[in-house]
Amino acid sequence: MSEQIQTHKEPLIRVSKRKELTPRQATLLKLLSLVLALIAGGIFLAVLGFNPLVIYATIVTGAFRSTLAIQGTVKIMIPLFISALGVTLAYKMQFWNIGAEGQIIIGAIFASYFGLFHSNWPRPLLLVVMLIASMIGGGLWGLLPAIFKNKWNTNETLFTLMLNYIALHLIAFLRDGPWRDPANPGFAKIATFTENAILPKLFGIHIGWVIALILFVLVYIYLKYTKHGYEISVIGGSKATANYAGMNVKKIVLRTIFLSGAICGIAGFSNAAGSDLTLAMGVAGGVGFTAIIVAWLADLNPVGILIVSFLFAVLDKGSSVIQSSYGLSTDCSDVLEGIILFFVIAGGFFVKYRFVLRKKKNVGTPTQVKGGEAA
Amino acid sequence: MSFMIRFIVAAVVAGTPLLFGTLGEIMNERVGHLNLGVEGMMSLGAVAGFMVGYRTDNFALALIAAFAAGALGALIYAIVTVTFMANHTVAGLTLTIFGIGLTNVIGFHYLGMSESGTLKLPEHITQQMRAVHITGLSDVPVIGPLLFQYNPFVYVGIVIAVLLALFYNFTKAGLNVRAIGENPQAADAAGVHVLAWKYVNIVIGGGICGIGGAFTIMITNGGVWISDCVGGLGWIAVALVIFATWKPVNAIWGSFVFGAMRILKYYVNKEIIHIPDAFYDMLPFLVTAVILVLVSARQVRDKAQPAACGTNYFREDR
Repeated sequence: MSEQIQTHKEPLIRVSKRKELTPRQATLLKLLSLVLALIAGGIFLAVLGFNPLVIYATIVTGAFRSTLAIQGTVKIMIPLFISALGVTLAYKMQFWNIGAEGQIIIGAIFASYFGLFHSNWPRPLLLVVMLIASMIGGGLWGLLPAIFKNKWNTNETLFTLMLNYIALHLIAFLRDGPWRDPANPGFAKIATFTENAILPKLFGIHIGWVIALILFVLVYIYLKYTKHGYEISVIGGSKATANYAGMNVKKIVLRTIFLSGAICGIAGFSNAAGSDLTLAMGVAGGVGFTAIIVAWLADLNPVGILIVSFLFAVLDKGSSVIQSSYGLSTDCSDVLEGIILFFVIAGGFFVKYRFVLRKKKNVGTPTQVKGGEAA
Repeated sequence: MSFMIRFIVAAVVAGTPLLFGTLGEIMNERVGHLNLGVEGMMSLGAVAGFMVGYRTDNFALALIAAFAAGALGALIYAIVTVTFMANHTVAGLTLTIFGIGLTNVIGFHYLGMSESGTLKLPEHITQQMRAVHITGLSDVPVIGPLLFQYNPFVYVGIVIAVLLALFYNFTKAGLNVRAIGENPQAADAAGVHVLAWKYVNIVIGGGICGIGGAFTIMITNGGVWISDCVGGLGWIAVALVIFATWKPVNAIWGSFVFGAMRILKYYVNKEIIHIPDAFYDMLPFLVTAVILVLVSARQVRDKAQPAACGTNYFREDR
């Protein structure tokens, strides 16, 4: 390789920094990426032999075709929205945890303990206790990696990944052993909650959506108008700056991660007490991972999260309709989500950088350009 | 004795898909890319390997297809993270969701077209992918079953691991690649083609993951199509990279140890040792979490993640 260095000419295309785009231009860029993604997704659908326009139209109409469908869409949106708000707090501090999945699960386990074993308590009291328990559970599960990160700089991404699976198998342990429903002698399952431990409905949807909206307002205010929110954004910008400004970075990290986990825990509570009506193995079901993507697509902005999680829910719900109508798997929504995200995060490049073509006079030595170095 | 041999053989077989996933992820992390898309790349490899095997009845072609599919998935990831400098965590998660989704869409599509409602690999390829038999060697007691009666994947995996170890430890290019993962600025200054090597490592790593995915459907599941055939092995592989301290040779025995953990619950005498099954399933993750903490607490430099992992490299930021 080294002999080529001397002869290395300016590459055909190189990357250079640009004046950063304004937020408005950045939003336009995102919309452009979205359109390109939909075109790419359309090509994929066309290859499979479907008319992309028909499929897209069916997805949108499918998510709203009846009251039941709309309720279903909102139900999908609730946990996604809540956990995306949760992970936002952590990601604002550049705390790269992927542990939302585990925090949702532990939140659900903590809530389910009261739902299963104190179902004789009055309903409002029981539900409030379950809510608080889920926050404590999710918060503590989030705190673990933060403690190790503070003490030994343990990699939080990898550590939280392990915690997700430990949490998942904890449900299996409870299901097979101590919490197994004795009334169900066949396959092991955890008993269904009694009326007292189930979230009431408002407009036909469990009130998880009300909790979600309250959280939305709280998180919005917390991030934008409180001292804590300011501290989070300073730490996200630079830990050194925060230290220099006299902030107790370690304490703030612990506090914020606890809150982040606690919010994810609420998503677990809402799923268990609102949708599953028991503690199921799939209580998180990948929501914790999708939530990270939602938060990222929304630039960690609560209003954006509201919009993006809604779009994802529509995509999810609509895809179940295309399965029944066109025999195209529901997993199509995952493929489309993936394509959209690839385009949008790749498009994010152009906010800060641009490609520069080699000047005309240098053309004539194309053989010097290595494929992978085009960028 | 024969019980022990059966256990070891089963552990090796259970560990083999993990070996591929781990080696692929090591290649990614060695150039500084924490690729969380292993599960997705393995899925893509599984569906490509299976469908090509199903259509052509040719084992070699199926393997090539699995490799190509994993590599293509990785190529998307590489374009997005290396060229477009996107966040590694988000890009990796997206690759996983995309890969599993695409796999299930294709599987569902073919299942719908089959008359019987099931997809099973034809006879010829099934024989090829079964345990090898070397006349003489395979029949030796103890050593035969322990070393010479595995399916071809096992040997392919070990050969790849050894080749990678040789590459990283004994070649100049390998040293350059390791430098990219630790300090891309320094590597670039020393004349290493940082971006090109990143592409090469990520794409080949993805291909290796793809072969591991093909294993899950062809061997573990006996050549019958099911959706979600990888079933979380990709995530265990990400964990195993830590366990193997980012070294290909450690990945060999590490994956067999993890394979042993996966099957342990079937081999323990339940009347003597009462541990719930869930704890056996939890074991690989628990062990990895503990190792992760210990390694970080002791700050052992050569057992840690490559220093530049998770960061993007932009030349002008020097």
